[in-house]
Amino acid sequence: MRIRAQLITLETLIRKEISRVTRIWVQTIVPPVITMSLYFLVFGNVIGRRIGQMEGFDYMQYIAPGLIMMSVIQNAYGNVVSSFFGAKFQKHLEEMLVAPMPTWSIILGHVAGGVFRGLMVGSVVTVIALFFTGIQIHNIWITVSIVILTAVVFSMAGLINAIFARKFDDISIIPAFVLAPLTYLGGVFYSITLLPEFAQKLSLMNPILYMVNAFRYGMLGVSDIAVGRAYAIILIFILVLFGACTVLINKGIGIRE
Amino acid sequence: MHALSIRNLKKVYGNGIQALKGIDLDVAEGDFFALLGPNGAGKTTVIGIITSLVNKTSGEVRVFGHSIDTELNAVKACIGVVPQELNLNTFDRLMNIVVNQAGFYGMPVRRARRRAQEVLEQMQLWDRRDDIARNLSGGMKRRLMIARALVHSPRLLILDEPTAGVDIEIRRSMYGYLRELNESGTTIILTTHYLEEAENLCRHVAIIDEGEVIQHHPMDEFLRTLKQQNYIVNTREPVAEVPVIDGCLIYQRKDYELELAVQRDHDLNDVFAALSEAGVRILSLRNKTNRLEELFFNLTDRSDQVPEEKTEMEE
Ligand SMILES: Nc1ncnc2c1ncn2[C@@H]1O[C@H](COP(=O)(O)OP(=O)(O)OP(=O)(O)O)[C@@H](O)[C@H]1O
Ligand SMILES: [Mg+2]
Repeated sequence: MRIRAQLITLETLIRKEISRVTRIWVQTIVPPVITMSLYFLVFGNVIGRRIGQMEGFDYMQYIAPGLIMMSVIQNAYGNVVSSFFGAKFQKHLEEMLVAPMPTWSIILGHVAGGVFRGLMVGSVVTVIALFFTGIQIHNIWITVSIVILTAVVFSMAGLINAIFARKFDDISIIPAFVLAPLTYLGGVFYSITLLPEFAQKLSLMNPILYMVNAFRYGMLGVSDIAVGRAYAIILIFILVLFGACTVLINKGIGIRE
Repeated sequence: MHALSIRNLKKVYGNGIQALKGIDLDVAEGDFFALLGPNGAGKTTVIGIITSLVNKTSGEVRVFGHSIDTELNAVKACIGVVPQELNLNTFDRLMNIVVNQAGFYGMPVRRARRRAQEVLEQMQLWDRRDDIARNLSGGMKRRLMIARALVHSPRLLILDEPTAGVDIEIRRSMYGYLRELNESGTTIILTTHYLEEAENLCRHVAIIDEGEVIQHHPMDEFLRTLKQQNYIVNTREPVAEVPVIDGCLIYQRKDYELELAVQRDHDLNDVFAALSEAGVRILSLRNKTNRLEELFFNLTDRSDQVPEEKTEMEE
C-alpha cells in the first residue's frame, strides 16, 4: 500500500474515533466533567479552606492541575479501552483487520481518539476550575506538551488493556486496581514532601507522579521532581508501549483465533 | 492463475479442536464457487484464514498468486468478505460504515462516498443511508455487509451464508446482482445451506466435512453423481406404519405425508407396487427440489440422523 493510501486509513480511523466521542458526548464528556466539578467543590472549596496553602498556593489552585491531569489520564485510557474493546466485542474491528491497514495506523488512530477525548474533558475541566480559582500558566509549552504526551501514554495503555480483555470485567479491573491507585497516589492532591521518606521513595516509582508534577510545573512553576526526567520517562513509556501494541496486534493476540 | 489456491491447510483451535485436517482447494479466476458442508465442517474457518481473521496452523494459501504469509496486504486488497456472523457497528450510520470501510482500504473520501452510494443503491439500502445499523432488519443488515464488502471493488468476493434471513424477493435480486458481478469478472466463493442456491449460481463446488474436502467438482458433473432421488407423496389415509421397501428409504414427515428416497437404479413402478401392497394409497407426488441436500446426506453418511434433521430443515 502506498504511503498516501496508508495515511488515508489513518485519517479514516481518526475521523471515526472522533465522531464516536462527539456522537456519544453524554457518555464520554459529561460524566467526567460532573465528577471533577464535585472534586473541586468538595476538596477544593469545602475542605480546601481548612487545609490552607500547599507549596505556596491555595489548595484549590494546587490541586487544579492535578485534577485536570487526572481527568485527561482517565479519559484517554477509558476512551481507547472502550472503543477498541467494543469493536472487538461487536466484531467490527474486523473491518480494519481484513483491510490492508498498517498496524501503526490502527494504533495511532485509536490513540488520536483517546487524546481527543482526554483533551476535550481536560479543557472543560479547566474551564470549570476557573469558576473556583484563578488559573495561571507558568510555561505554556510545557503545559501543553505534557498533557498531550501523557494522553498518548494512557491511550496506548488503554489499547493494551483492550487487546488483552476478553470480557467486560477485564476493562474495568485495570482502571480500578492499577490506574486509580496510581493516580490518587500520584501527587494529584498533595506534594510528596508531606510524606515520610519511605513513602516518598515509593512515590517516585510511580510514573503518574512525574506527569502530574511536570504539568503542575507548567501551570504553577512548582514540582516535586525534575521536569526533564518527566519528559524522559514519558517518552520511554511511549516508545515501549507503541512497540508492545505493534507486536501484540501483529501477532493477533486477543484479536485473531 | 487461480483466484484462490489452498494446499494442505490445517487448523487446530486453542481449545484443541482440529477444524481443518489438510485441505486442498483451487478456485479458478472468474469462477462462481460453492463451498458446502454441514454445521461445523470448517467452512468459516477456511474463510477466516483466507481473510486473515484466523491464524492457520500450517499449510499454504495463495490469492491471485500472492501468499498470505509474505504478501498479506496484496491478498487483503483483492478480497471482499461477507462474514457469517454480524460484525457491524450497530450504532453507526450506514453511510459512515461503508465510507469508513473504503477508507480502511485506502480510498480517498470523495471517491469512497461515490462508491458507497453505488453499492448501497445496489443493495437497495440507499434510502436508509442515514439510519443507524441497529434499526435495520436482519436481512437488511446482511445486505449492508454485502455493500460494505463490495465498496473497494474486490477481485474475489467471499460470502459466508449471505442469504441467511433474506426474503425471497430480495434474495432473487441478490442472485441477479451476484451473477452480474461474476459476469463482469469478479470471482465469487459462497457458502450456503440453501442448496438450490449453490445449484443455481455456482459452476464449481467443493464439499467439506469434518475438516476435509470430500468432493471437488464442476457442478453439473457433481449433480450427475446423485445416487438417489427424493419424492414427497401425500397419502389418502394417515400412515400408521411406515413400510419397508427394498432400494427405497421412507421417512414419515406428517400423518399424511411420506418422503421417499429412491435409489437411482430402482424403478418407481416397483416402489409403487410395494406401497400398494402395504395398503398405502397415494394421492399426489412431487419432486423434492433440494437435490444437493440429498447428495449431501449421502456423501457425509449421516443416514442415521436423516429423518429428524430433514423434517426440521423443511418445516
Ligand atoms: N473460535 C473458535 N474456537 C474454537 N473452536 C472453533 C472456533 N470456531 C470454530 N471452531 C470449531 O471449528 C469447527 C469448524 O467450525 P466452522 O465455524 O469453521 O464450521 P462451518 O463449516 O462454518 O459451520 P456452519 O455451517 O455451522 O457455519 C467446529 O467444530 C467449531 O466448533
Ligand atoms: Mg460457518
